[in-house]
Amino acid sequence: MNQPQAVQRADASSNTDLPQLYRMMRRIRTFEERVGELFVRGQSAGSMLHLSIGEESAAAGVCAAMREGDTFTTHHRGHGIFLARGADPNRMMAEIGGKEAGYCHGKGGSMHIADMGLGHLGANAIVGGGIPAVVGAGLAARHKKSGAISAAFFGDGATGQGILYESMNMAALWSLPCLFVCINNQYGMGTRIDQATANPRLHERAQAFGLTAETVDGLDVEAVAEAGRRLVDGVRAGKPAFLVIDCYRFYGHARKDKSPYRDPVEEEVGRAKDPVAFARAALIDRKLLAETALDTMDAEVAAEMDATIDFTVAQHEPPLSSMFRDVYAPEEPEPEPVRTRIDRILARA
Amino acid sequence: MALQELTYRDALRKALADAMTENPDVVIIGEEVGRYGGAYAVTKDLIKEFGPERVIDTPISEPAIVGAAVGAALAGLRPVAELMYVDFIGMTMDQLANQAAKIRYMFGGQIGVPMVLRTQGGTGRSAGAQHSQSLEAYVMHTPGLRLAMPATVADAYHLLRQALTKPDPVVFIEHKALYTLKETVDLDAPVPEWGKVAVRRQGRDLVIVTYSRQVHYAMEAAKQLAAQGIEATVIDLRTLNPLDFDTIRTEVEKTGRAMVVSEGVMTAGVAAELSARISEECFDFLEDPVIRVAGEDIPISVSTVLETGSVPGPQLIFETAMKLMAGRVAA
Repeated sequence: MNQPQAVQRADASSNTDLPQLYRMMRRIRTFEERVGELFVRGQSAGSMLHLSIGEESAAAGVCAAMREGDTFTTHHRGHGIFLARGADPNRMMAEIGGKEAGYCHGKGGSMHIADMGLGHLGANAIVGGGIPAVVGAGLAARHKKSGAISAAFFGDGATGQGILYESMNMAALWSLPCLFVCINNQYGMGTRIDQATANPRLHERAQAFGLTAETVDGLDVEAVAEAGRRLVDGVRAGKPAFLVIDCYRFYGHARKDKSPYRDPVEEEVGRAKDPVAFARAALIDRKLLAETALDTMDAEVAAEMDATIDFTVAQHEPPLSSMFRDVYAPEEPEPEPVRTRIDRILARA
Repeated sequence: MALQELTYRDALRKALADAMTENPDVVIIGEEVGRYGGAYAVTKDLIKEFGPERVIDTPISEPAIVGAAVGAALAGLRPVAELMYVDFIGMTMDQLANQAAKIRYMFGGQIGVPMVLRTQGGTGRSAGAQHSQSLEAYVMHTPGLRLAMPATVADAYHLLRQALTKPDPVVFIEHKALYTLKETVDLDAPVPEWGKVAVRRQGRDLVIVTYSRQVHYAMEAAKQLAAQGIEATVIDLRTLNPLDFDTIRTEVEKTGRAMVVSEGVMTAGVAAELSARISEECFDFLEDPVIRVAGEDIPISVSTVLETGSVPGPQLIFETAMKLMAGRVAA
């Protein structure tokens, strides 16, 4: 059982620690690029890989305000969030490669990655599917007086799902420590937000349910981090909140999608809103880090993420016999394999 | 040894109260479970005993009720979510089938979802097409979900208590026509094992495999059959997942004849699955085809005549057994 935490452990400077935020965003971007490479090399398990390039500030900024013991769920585009909550990129990449050494032993993959130790209650391949879990986790936090918050990360596409509104209503009604984070990358698959809703000012919906809500420009990771800190403090005090981070999905919906449905001019403008480049320029402008120091940092990150590919390629697939494991608890009998069953029946005849 | 007279409803309520007393992490979450006391009064006054933080009245939001229970279970509680009617399960199927049922597997065994979804189904109250269905096949068709359907007062108590100790999500479907069923029970008597069928009656001629309210109908039919010199074994499944097929096989092999009775519709239903299994696994021992006695493949009507006529009852079970046995045993 989680013990109540009397003192907030996150370092007070984290929201304004631009070098750290930059480093995390760079790690996320480079990891995502390596995911793309894993696919090109034929080492990913499938092509259902949804990259968060262009959205790094949401993960880095909001997660900087969270602390140990907090729980969260993510959507199908959640690699960055998990990294920002402390995931081991090797085990992540191995999971994306469907390998035994991955976080879920190759059964989950990119869209169903989870780690209870880091409070990751699960990525989700159902749009909006992970949202109500944070209401339950919020109830548990209140019941156990753990002081934890629970955050649901999802995209603008999930604002079309009724479960979001049911969940926000419950969180507000019961004053639960829940944070709803809407990463508005402008597209639900191939449908732009203004083609999916008459009112794209998404935070207004949360306000209608009585949540504290705001929209922040994802170009500026410091602004995201400050908004995150502000809202998380309220959430921890039982005031659920909703944060929209405006950004742009640089590439297609999934690895194979070249987004032919998007206007090239729009893409150019969208990709110019690059939170990683923006933070890098700010670090140099404000003389927080020299360009050479940033180059060194980028090289370290590249080496770290290159290693995830080598690690993954070297790992083995899960044994076929693990297929029947973990349908039920380990103390329960495993389901009878179809072949065993057929042989047993025909042996009698 | 304390014999007491309890209704099915009392037994369920007592199971919840006892579990909540024993384990402070047990919470109830659902529509009208608190102040109203439950649509069928199962949770009556539990809110007074355990407070609104443990008996949580929700908005009418079935998907989020089940979803919140999933999250609460992941975060260390032992939630009992209540779905007022099993007919609403379609609303919740993403949270139930895509989340609760698959989380342990998808996450490589890191964690299970120890929650109970209590609901009720079946005919008997002229409640119409959207409040009278028997949808257990949806649940049985989803690996990862356990499924319990008590027929008796003692099972209402014990299966619910046991469900609240299980490491995996349990869907617990009560029968709306059984809430007032009254039986004298000794809850201190040895507790029947979870996952095992109960042989309610032993006979030499045929086996009737059934569950929930149809157990009572099968027992009535068996009594009528006995008057005709036909002795039926009646098996009450109690839990449909896990399924105690070993006992079913043993019993069917003794008689060589089997009927499966279910209130759910015939096609692709629980009776279809059981009948297929018996046919496959007991083939060498069968004297006759395995007969399914199930609900008609139609929606349920409000009209009592149409409602009653669309699902099995004692008379249909009796007549079917008589036809199955025709000319095969001396009366």
